[in-house]
Amino acid sequence: MADVVHDLQASPAAASRPVVFRGGLFVPRTHRLIGFAALVALILLWQAASSLGWVSPVLAPSPGEVIDALWRMALSGELATHLSASLLRLAGGFAIGVTAGIAFGMAIGLSSLVRSPGATLVAALFPIPKIALLPLFILWFGIGESSKVATIAFGTFFPTVIATYGAVDNVDRSLVRMGRSFGLSSFAIISKIILPGALPGILSGLRIASSIGIVLLIAAEMIGANEGVGAMVLAAGNLMQSDRLLAGVVVLSLLGLAVSGLIGAIEKRLLAWR
Amino acid sequence: MQLIADHIAHAYGPLPVLDDISFAVGPGEVVAIVGPSGCGKSTLLRILGGLEKPQAGRALVAGAPPSASLNPLTFVFQDFALLPWRTVEGNVRLVLEGHGLTQAAMDETVRDVLSRTRLTDFARTYPKQLSGGMRQRVGIARALAVRPALLLMDEPLSALDAQTRELLMDDLVELVSGDSAEALGMVYVTHNLDEAVRLADRILVLSRRPGRVRETVTITADRRARRSDDPGLVRRARELWELIRADAAEADRELADVETIDG
Repeated sequence: MADVVHDLQASPAAASRPVVFRGGLFVPRTHRLIGFAALVALILLWQAASSLGWVSPVLAPSPGEVIDALWRMALSGELATHLSASLLRLAGGFAIGVTAGIAFGMAIGLSSLVRSPGATLVAALFPIPKIALLPLFILWFGIGESSKVATIAFGTFFPTVIATYGAVDNVDRSLVRMGRSFGLSSFAIISKIILPGALPGILSGLRIASSIGIVLLIAAEMIGANEGVGAMVLAAGNLMQSDRLLAGVVVLSLLGLAVSGLIGAIEKRLLAWR
Repeated sequence: MQLIADHIAHAYGPLPVLDDISFAVGPGEVVAIVGPSGCGKSTLLRILGGLEKPQAGRALVAGAPPSASLNPLTFVFQDFALLPWRTVEGNVRLVLEGHGLTQAAMDETVRDVLSRTRLTDFARTYPKQLSGGMRQRVGIARALAVRPALLLMDEPLSALDAQTRELLMDDLVELVSGDSAEALGMVYVTHNLDEAVRLADRILVLSRRPGRVRETVTITADRRARRSDDPGLVRRARELWELIRADAAEADRELADVETIDG
C-alpha cells in the first residue's frame, strides 16, 4: 500500500488535473427572506404604478386603498359578518366531505366488495365540475345554507377519497404481514398500521381538498348568497368598488394561507417521525 | 412444541414452487433451509407460519407452546418490518397490545427484551435513526417479547453488512443455545451457507424450483464453539455449495430467460 501511495505522489503534477465537479445541480433551496422581499417588491411596484398614474384607480386601486377598505370593513363589522358566514359554510362542508371521504377511501382501500363499485363510481363522478351541481342541490336542499354546504362537501369528498385509497394502497404490505404474523386483530392492523401508514397521503389529499373547498365556497356564495366573502366580492364588483373587491381577494388569500398553515401544523404534529 | 411440515406442496398459478416437503423442528433445534434462488424457501416459511395456505400437505404443530407464549410461531423478517412512526419501544409494545396484559407487565417485558438485545439506550429512538443491524435487533426484540416457541427467520441477516452479520450471528447463537425444555427452536431460511453451518443442527438443501428436499445435512458440533473460520465448518459450507452450485446456475439462467422475455 505504501508503495502505491508513493507512486501516486511521485506522478508529475503537470500531468494531473482536478476531477470536474459534477454534483450539486437541481437542489433548490428556499430563502424565506428572498421570498418576503419579492412580495414586498411586488406591492411597492403596484403602489408606484398607482401613485404615478400608470393604472386607473378604478381598475386597480393602490395597495394603500385596498388596506384602507379592508380596515373600514373590519371596523364596521362587515368583514366579520361575511367572514364568519364563509367560515361556517367551509367548516361544515369540509368536515362532512373529508370525514365521508376518508371513511369511503378506507373502505375502497381495504374491502374487495367496496373497491370495484366504489373506485368506478369515484372515477365517473370526480371529473364533474361540482359547481355545476349547485342548482341541483338548491332544488334538493333549498336556497339556504344546506345547498352550499352540500356543494363544498361533495367537492371535497372526491379528492379525499382518491387520496385515501391511494395512500392505503401504498402502505407497505410487509408491515401488514408483520401484524398478521403477530396475531394482531384486523381492527389493530387498521388502526395501528394502515391508518398511520396512510396518514401522509391522506393529509396531502386534505391539502388539495381544502383548496377545492375554498374555490367552491366562493363560487357558491357568488351564485346564491347575501353574506359571505364570495357574495361581498361579487357585490363590490357589480358596484365598481374595486378597493373592496380586492380587499375580499386579500381575505381569501389569507384564508387559503390559514387553512394551509393549519394542515401544515397538523402534518408537523402527526408526522413528526418523518 | 414441535412444528411439522407434512408433505407440503405449493404452486403460484401454473408455476410449481414446492413439492412434497416434510420435516419437523422442535424446542432448542435449529433447522436451516438453503437452496438456489426461487426454490420456494420463503414460501415454505410463510406456509409454516400460517401466512400462506399450501395447495397440498399441511403445516402442523404438536405439543403445548411454552407457558405464557403470546405467539408461538413468530417471524423475524429480512426487511425488519418496523413501524417507522413508532419508537423502538413502541414497536416492541405493538405486539404486546391487545393481549390483556397489564401496563406493568408490558413495561417489564419491553424492558427485559430491550436489555437482552442491548437496545435499552435506544428505547425512544425511531427506526430511521438506527443502523441496519440495530433495526434487526429491534425485530428480534419484538419477536422475543411474545415468548415464541419457534422463530421463523426469513434471511434475517441478508440486508446487513458483513461485520454486523457476524455480531448478530453471535447473538442468534446465544438465543438458541439454551438447553431447557422450553428452549427456542428456529427455522432459518438463508442464502448464506456459512450462516447455515454456523447456526443449524440440520440443514435442508432444497432443489431448484419446484423445491424438494434434496439432502439433509446434520451438524453435531457444539453451536457455541463453532467459529466462522473453523476448517470443518468451512468444508461443510463448501460441500453444501457443491450440492447447490449446478441448480443455482440453472436457476440463474432461468431468471435471465424470464428477464429477456419480459424485456
